[in-house]
Amino acid sequence: MQIYLPIADLPVNIFLVLGMGLAVGYISGMFGIGGGFLMTPLLIFVGISPAVAVATVSSHIAASSFTGALSYWRKRALDIALALMLLSSGIVGTATGVWLFTELRALDQLDLMIGVSYVTLLTIVGAMMIYESVRAILRTRHGMPATLRRPGSHTWLHGLPFKLRFKRSKIYVSAIPVWAIGFVIGFVGAIMGIGGGFLLVPMLIYFLRVPTATVIGTSMVLTLVTMASATVMHAATNHLVDAVLALILMVGGVIGAQFGARPGQKMRGERLRLLLGLLVFAVGCRFAYELVVKPDDLYSLRYVRSG
Amino acid sequence: MRRFAIMFAFVTGLCGAGPAAAERLVVSLSNHRVAVTSSFVGEELVLFGTIEPDPVTSPLRPPYDLVVTVTGPRQTLRTRRKQRVLGIWVNVDSREFVRVPAYLAVLSNRSVNTIANADTLRRLQIGLDNFLLPQRIGSDVADTVRDDPFRRSFVRLQTQQGLYRESSTAVTFLTPTVFRAAIPMPAAVPTGSYGIEVELFTGGNLVARTNSALDVIKTGFEQYVADAARDYGLLYGMATALMALLIGWFASVIFARD
Repeated sequence: MQIYLPIADLPVNIFLVLGMGLAVGYISGMFGIGGGFLMTPLLIFVGISPAVAVATVSSHIAASSFTGALSYWRKRALDIALALMLLSSGIVGTATGVWLFTELRALDQLDLMIGVSYVTLLTIVGAMMIYESVRAILRTRHGMPATLRRPGSHTWLHGLPFKLRFKRSKIYVSAIPVWAIGFVIGFVGAIMGIGGGFLLVPMLIYFLRVPTATVIGTSMVLTLVTMASATVMHAATNHLVDAVLALILMVGGVIGAQFGARPGQKMRGERLRLLLGLLVFAVGCRFAYELVVKPDDLYSLRYVRSG
Repeated sequence: MRRFAIMFAFVTGLCGAGPAAAERLVVSLSNHRVAVTSSFVGEELVLFGTIEPDPVTSPLRPPYDLVVTVTGPRQTLRTRRKQRVLGIWVNVDSREFVRVPAYLAVLSNRSVNTIANADTLRRLQIGLDNFLLPQRIGSDVADTVRDDPFRRSFVRLQTQQGLYRESSTAVTFLTPTVFRAAIPMPAAVPTGSYGIEVELFTGGNLVARTNSALDVIKTGFEQYVADAARDYGLLYGMATALMALLIGWFASVIFARD
């Protein structure tokens, strides 16, 4: 059954889009991520322009992260104070990202920027995740404990000023790295159409030493707010959010996530991280391939204005 | 003399007749409104017409050739060219095509190049090669030679999308004076007002012309959504974000297991 997407301006098969929502939802439920880094490339692949894909996926991630945030809220497994602190700079990051997005679109370099960001971010993060999880798997196989570093150990980040205490997470850190992380996540989210959960969780764990009990819930609150505000900002400045496409993706996504959650809980943490790392790395390589290999068509068209 | 010529042009224009004024075209379009709905997958419009002697007693001069040119609403589009920079492919060069038709179909009963000579075709802008496609070059706006790589790629890309086409089989003569033209409307057809120019040739000369029009409109929900996104961006964005929250909340209520 074909359905016409009013903003993307093309007809798509409703079951194809619903299926993509389900598949990405399954994976996002399994790994506890938003899945934007998979959804945006998939939409581009079926012929939706990168700009519309990035803008629309932000609303899809807002929906899935709200479901997640609510369930962590019920379990009291999120740190509101930390989330608010991250948000204060996250929104600024999102606004900066949307602004740069608009500028690059006018310069015909948006697609390139999206491609390059995907390659650099995903291959580096993917490779790091693979390396870390393989080491953890080998270590447990040799019977060694899987702790990375003793809790309470300090890095140079803990020496920075403006220290704040976050009671629920039981951490005492400087506001500077918290703000920096919020800004980065908001910024890349708006540019790339990703929630940034797969980036934010490791950042919070390694840089701020947020305990695993609150890290995912807190990251979901940040993702929720940055993606909801990215939706509003993309809609207000670029008019590229396709509500019909978003609706189908959301419905597929939230259902898929429920089915993915169970196998995700059964699997061991490091195995799960290895799988996610491979997936992230593969998507990065796919974008690299596209940038390096000579395109079938050197020419492309862009709509400027009517009249 | 000049005044007389203008008056003559005006009068012949009113009659809808061409320079020779011995034939008259009567056309009828199957549908003047194409509605793009959620299930729109493209449509084919049919233009029927007859060639009438004008005045009635004058003789007809078959065989006739017919060219139907359909032009969509005007748009400005940019054609970009990629080039390898530091190992990756980047858009380095671009040209803006100013106020060109978003849809352009040149339909005829045989190849337009065999209907009239090159000068006539160029003067009447018949065929994709001869249609005026102005480009912005620096501060100037002008059409280039038809071999210009940007122009050729622009036409090729639009043709790939089904938005530009030149068909030498779309017009069929049912009798020597009754014809039928099939106007394809692809799924991605742009909305707006379309002009249809019908030109009749015999012996390589234009002998009659007439025109018609149609509208492509988005209807129902699609139109509503597209209008809202364009005119009330902020509210539309807030509504979409709210929808996301509602669906997220719904899911957490329905699937709550704790």
